[in-house]
Amino acid sequence: MESLEGIVLAQPFFAGLDPAIGALIAGCARNHRFDPDAYLFHEGEEASEFFLLREGDVALEIQAAGRPTLVLGTVHAGDIVGASWLIPPYRWNSDARARTPVRALGIDAACLRGKCEDDPRTGYAMMKRFAPLLVRRLQAAHLQLLDVYGRSDPA
Amino acid sequence: MSASGFPKAGVVLSLDGLQALIDALAARGYQVLGPVEHDGAIGTGHIAGIADLPAGRTDRQEAGSYRLDDRDDGALFGYAVGPGSWKRHLHRPIETLFKVRRVGDELSFEPPREPPARTALLGVRSCELAAIAIQDRVFQGGRYVNTEYAARRANIFLVAVNCGDPASTCFCSSLNTGPRARRGYDIALTELVDGRHEFLAEPGSDSGAALLAYLPNRPATEADWQAADAVAAHAAAQIHRRLPAEGLKEALQQHPEHPHWEEVAARCLACANCTNVCPTCFCTTIDDHSDLDGHGAARVRRWDSCFNGDFSYVHGGAVRTQTRSRYRQWLTHKLANWWDQFGTSGCVGCGRCIAWCPAGIDLTVEATSIVDSISAEAKAHGVA
Amino acid sequence: MTVNPYLPLPYRVIAVRQDTPDTATVELRPVGAAIPEPAPGQFTMLYMLGVGEAPISVSGAPIEGAPLAQTLRGVGAVSKAIIRLQPGEELGVRGPYGTIWPVAEADGHDVLFIAGGLGLAPLRPAVRHVLANRERYGRVSLLYGTRSPQDILYRDELAMWRRMLDVQIEVTVDRAHRSWHGAVGVVTELIPRAGVDPSRTIAMVCGPEIMMRFSVQALQAAGMPCEHIYVSMERSMKCGVGLCGRCQFGPDFVCKQGAVMRYDRIAHIFTVREI
Repeated sequence: MESLEGIVLAQPFFAGLDPAIGALIAGCARNHRFDPDAYLFHEGEEASEFFLLREGDVALEIQAAGRPTLVLGTVHAGDIVGASWLIPPYRWNSDARARTPVRALGIDAACLRGKCEDDPRTGYAMMKRFAPLLVRRLQAAHLQLLDVYGRSDPA
Repeated sequence: MSASGFPKAGVVLSLDGLQALIDALAARGYQVLGPVEHDGAIGTGHIAGIADLPAGRTDRQEAGSYRLDDRDDGALFGYAVGPGSWKRHLHRPIETLFKVRRVGDELSFEPPREPPARTALLGVRSCELAAIAIQDRVFQGGRYVNTEYAARRANIFLVAVNCGDPASTCFCSSLNTGPRARRGYDIALTELVDGRHEFLAEPGSDSGAALLAYLPNRPATEADWQAADAVAAHAAAQIHRRLPAEGLKEALQQHPEHPHWEEVAARCLACANCTNVCPTCFCTTIDDHSDLDGHGAARVRRWDSCFNGDFSYVHGGAVRTQTRSRYRQWLTHKLANWWDQFGTSGCVGCGRCIAWCPAGIDLTVEATSIVDSISAEAKAHGVA
Repeated sequence: MTVNPYLPLPYRVIAVRQDTPDTATVELRPVGAAIPEPAPGQFTMLYMLGVGEAPISVSGAPIEGAPLAQTLRGVGAVSKAIIRLQPGEELGVRGPYGTIWPVAEADGHDVLFIAGGLGLAPLRPAVRHVLANRERYGRVSLLYGTRSPQDILYRDELAMWRRMLDVQIEVTVDRAHRSWHGAVGVVTELIPRAGVDPSRTIAMVCGPEIMMRFSVQALQAAGMPCEHIYVSMERSMKCGVGLCGRCQFGPDFVCKQGAVMRYDRIAHIFTVREI
């Protein structure tokens, strides 16, 4: 049986992480499995845990009455699902639905936030990994917003 | 040998001899175009004889200003260049490329069959010869040829006139394109009005030499050559504007975000006058002119300008929405990118864009300003 | 006598295939003389009587005897008129013009195609060429992004390529409803996931300029040198043969030195506003 710590350190997202910090994170982690169509979380719920996808695809969705469910984006093996756990009021702002069988590492948000508060070194290591992710997502959202394919006709 | 590569030879024509030149060209089937005064400026038009030339007239040009005035020596070519360059006779402002007809579902394309008229251009200045040489490269130097231009160009006879009285807007000497014609002509004239009224005529081609031999003339003496040199020297001494030679291409190409572009744009009206009077600007658009019955159309090419809003239009919008970008495109193309594209500057120093800019924008000043600010900055950083 | 480069040849419409609600591929055959065989990446000027002319890239196979296929989105007057043509009707064609996707230079390399929206059309002849000569190339991947699932071009062909076991085909859309089971997100997000080896890969990128800018950024972030990246530029164009002056992009004419350009050639002006 693989140790949680080993699984954490093997994730590309945590590449180069100090094993001691890896052990701290593993202390907040547990394994999850989701069947297709199962929800990792729903919009409005407390963001008490975020996920590191080890296998499978997850769709981030928005539901509105009278309209078909809109897919905001999809996340795949190696990606992080959820950032709302980082900032108050710690509530999810979309649904996350498994599209395939999903294996994920769930990290308890309150546990990790606590460890970051206690040890700034851990906090900084997490910040260094989450900030680029957030910026990348923001840039991707900008590009989606631009609707670049709308009216172009390359020669 | 003269600078043109043609053996240095010269004859002197009287006023009657000049008339005989025009008559001989007409007799050989040429329509003769020369400088004529119209609409308060000296342009180009059909001439039957020397009486049609703007005798005793000159021009006073400044940035944003062009005025005709009298001169007291009766010179026939005592002015610089007017707004209408010879470009319009080779690269027409509007031209039908072909016609198309549809019968049933079938399309047929018909190029115009009318052969171009043999045309003699009389009074072409040195800068204009340089401009024609540049358009030769643009239109017939590449893989695809502007066939309408090429057909006309092959039927042109060029009579150059060396400048005796350049305008204040002229700057050909800094581009090595004048004031004296060096090449590209069939005959070059220097008007001598030093107490007499004669023309030193130099052949620049076999057909030019043959034609001169046919005209009533007398051989040029050493004194005539000295008089012609004096005209050229006087002209050269009057030219004060100049384009920077060093570092211009690099300065423009490497500094598309230079703040000076914004500064020029604050004055530029994007009116496209500069590109219309420029003898080398060649950009065009093509329109469909439909027949009323809907079964036929003509494809018509028109001069266009990089200052026009829809010039850079791609689906959905123009690439260059701001005047800043359009001025930058014009100047960078003309003075820098042209070198990469055609192995020459796109500017011949005729000064038309300076005189005919309603805002008086002077490209020599703008180009110098950018070059100077960049070299000053380089010096400040110790890399000069 | 030099040939007048503006003069089209009459071509007859064989078929018009609706690819998406606003995009169609027209298949054309010459009525008499034909234009030379286009190479992958080249474009033609298509002329509609009474409407005008537009530069359109060739999207068909570089196969001897195949009809000339061109894919157009009905956005302008000319493209709208052309995709409404019926079989049997005629239009004018001249060309082919422009540069070629580096299918020869990529020989012996991995190939990464990145297409955005209609940008798959100019890339398709290159994809077909690479797949028809599969043994000459290493890993072959196609990353394709469109606005929505209904905007995906050439679905049948994509499905066929996907069935080939030695080609990686990834499709993503900017927006979708739950009925779409594929990826949602921008095409640049696929780049880090594609697992390309930047030192041995040639990337051919085609799509709207903004999409190409972001794609080039992501490729460079993945360590790909400028000389391995090719993009297809678009500028206003009236003649296609370097005479009208409109398509200038820095010192280059897009019709002559492009549309396909190696990125190091244009890197210094690629992100300059309104150049």
